[in-house]
Amino acid sequence: MKKIFSYPTSLNKLTTHYCAGCGHGIVHRLISEIVDELNIREKVIAIAPVGCAVIAYNYWNFDVCEAAHGRALAVATGIKRYRPDNIVFTYQGDGDLAAIGTSETIHAANRGENLTVVFINNAVYGMTGGQMAPTTLLGQKTATTPAGRDASLTGYPLKISELLAQLTAVKYIERVALDSPQGVLKTKSAIKQAFRNQVENIGFSLVEVLSPCPTYWQMSAKQSLDWIRDVMSREFPVGRIK
Amino acid sequence: MTEKIIIAGSGGQGIMLLGKVIVQAALLGGLNITWLPSYGAEVRGGAAYCMVIISSEEIFSPYVEKADTLIIMNQPSLLKFKQRLKHKGLLLINSSLLRTPPKEGLNKIYFPFTEEAIKLGNIRIANMLALGGYIQKKKVLSKALAFRAIEEIAPAGKKNLIKINKKAIEEGIRITR
Amino acid sequence: MTGNEAIAEGAVQAGCVFYAGYPITPQNELTAYMAKRMAEVGRIFIQSESELAAINMVLGVSAAGGRVMTSSSSPGISLKQEGISYLAGCQLPCVIVNIMRGGPGLGNIAPSQSDYFQATKGGGHGDYHSIVLAPSSVQEAFDLMFSAFELADRYRNPVIILGDGMLGQMMEPIYCTRKKRTTQNAQRTTQKKWALTGCKARSPNIIRSLFLAEGKLEEINKILQKKYKKIQVQEQSWEGLFLEDAHTVFVAYGTMARIARGLMYGLRKKGMKVGLIRPISLWPFPLKAFCNLPGVRRYIVLEMSYGQMLEDVRLAVERKKSVEFFGRAGGGIPKEEEILKKFFKKKVEL
Repeated sequence: MKKIFSYPTSLNKLTTHYCAGCGHGIVHRLISEIVDELNIREKVIAIAPVGCAVIAYNYWNFDVCEAAHGRALAVATGIKRYRPDNIVFTYQGDGDLAAIGTSETIHAANRGENLTVVFINNAVYGMTGGQMAPTTLLGQKTATTPAGRDASLTGYPLKISELLAQLTAVKYIERVALDSPQGVLKTKSAIKQAFRNQVENIGFSLVEVLSPCPTYWQMSAKQSLDWIRDVMSREFPVGRIK
Repeated sequence: MTEKIIIAGSGGQGIMLLGKVIVQAALLGGLNITWLPSYGAEVRGGAAYCMVIISSEEIFSPYVEKADTLIIMNQPSLLKFKQRLKHKGLLLINSSLLRTPPKEGLNKIYFPFTEEAIKLGNIRIANMLALGGYIQKKKVLSKALAFRAIEEIAPAGKKNLIKINKKAIEEGIRITR
Repeated sequence: MTGNEAIAEGAVQAGCVFYAGYPITPQNELTAYMAKRMAEVGRIFIQSESELAAINMVLGVSAAGGRVMTSSSSPGISLKQEGISYLAGCQLPCVIVNIMRGGPGLGNIAPSQSDYFQATKGGGHGDYHSIVLAPSSVQEAFDLMFSAFELADRYRNPVIILGDGMLGQMMEPIYCTRKKRTTQNAQRTTQKKWALTGCKARSPNIIRSLFLAEGKLEEINKILQKKYKKIQVQEQSWEGLFLEDAHTVFVAYGTMARIARGLMYGLRKKGMKVGLIRPISLWPFPLKAFCNLPGVRRYIVLEMSYGQMLEDVRLAVERKKSVEFFGRAGGGIPKEEEILKKFFKKKVEL
């Protein structure tokens, strides 16, 4: 009998610490499957962010380096330049990549570092208790925007992927959404493309994943997926950006 | 023997280079040296100076509080450093860029190095004329060592300038004789 | 060679494979030298977008097993403190050069020794130490780079080279033996079992400083403290002069020690029994230098600060001897005559 489904070698057999309905676990698994499929597990070095996914190294069965909040792409730059034969990726949230790490993000992209970036956009800071993120939608209630995000006070949702697409050295940017099984499959193929780009020395590749955070959106898991589809992806349209 | 020198002028006059040629020549002569530049927010035309120590003994602080020789290439530098000259120290002045000869210094020489440099065809070698004056007056360094220093310091692409620099040193020695 | 260039050349010869830095005076010659030399030897140079990025690139290379360095001057070193704390927490080796300038704030670009506390007492958050070495000549700046990389690797710990603007800018002749050392040191970087290289034929390596499980971080801190204790016992270094007969001992490091040395020789010529202790390792502070000196009546600490190393000297002598101090900061360089006037009643011509 032909085996068509199995547990990825790159994923440790553990229950994750994430809340019910969270997108992190799905993306961790997708990355693990991709690493197995591309047969790069022995070459991969991941950079774990500060945020909910900081202990991603508990789940992945390959080398991982922790980075300070926002500094993942600087750390990744160092590793990849020193070990160009390894496959180096960062896994970052919206606060990490688009607020405190904006400078590192833009300059690593502008240098055209041959890196893969998995950018989880769930429009809030999860680990610290659901504060406003740069990607929080207008009107969205968070711990620090109790009356909803007000553009006159806090500006607008930051579209970092569109910003990065302006840079000559950036090779690939795609936005995907974990709002449905189809969305999960598209997410996998986009992230796989971003890894393949690095294997083929094409250059800086980033996949933005619209990912549910039911806890701090104060929704059920199902409502969260609907919200991504009906509300969030209006602000952050899915598809190939570059 | 310890000789402490302050060389001062404006950025672009080759102040740092003059200091480097002196220390290189001293080094070739088997002496210990330190060279300490003014640095940072300096611009072409702004103030520039360097402190040079050459000695047959160990050199401690590279900072020159009191100088045995002061080489002054413009007016503001004289005001800034004239108190730093030791009693009976040598004051070597570029008179081309100084309105009135100073009262200070028993042992001062006063020559128009910039004008002489223009006569030789390159305003930028006024520093080497001053070096000639220094060699002539202090007898610490020889002309031969200064020539070798220039050959060693000149970058690969600028070897053509060695000749005119040497000529300037000779002229400096001649006019201050 | 200038001090800045000597440090850079020393790093290259000690096997530094990667340098990242951001422009700041008075250490720009170091960055420029690295830009040229690293390309010549086929290694990596990056002008980073910030000090934060530079120190985190350093963290990445160190995690991946490479000998790595960054450099800056005081305000830039403040920015690097975040990264230094993470490097210490992750037990990653690296070399950080601080060519100190006047502070606080943007301060000025004149030489200063006002970052002694920051360098020796931690600097970033958490209970950690960097090893701190203070060269006082261009030759020593070159030579100490070899020790710096060795110590960093041996203890898996950041090492700070603490110089000042005068040392960075001044030129002195140096002896450097080039080829042999370079190849030896380049080979050594391959033997780090903990490094991230891809988990081929081994279980995954993880570089981390986050330990949330109850009691785990305390355990890690105890491991760090044990390491620091070992460093304190084994790695104190200093230069002592005329300590056998000295009644008065100057204590000074770096550029300031050169001024002290000149004073000491001048005073000895007058028949005065003066000596010098010049700490080379500032952390660990050379407590041993102050042991068994029964003849010493007083120590005179000289710094280009308002008394930072002074505290360590006081701890070293445990109130048993008189400790006096003279210092200037903010760009002022202490003059021989003002030091003499303060501490020696007799007029001394040097």
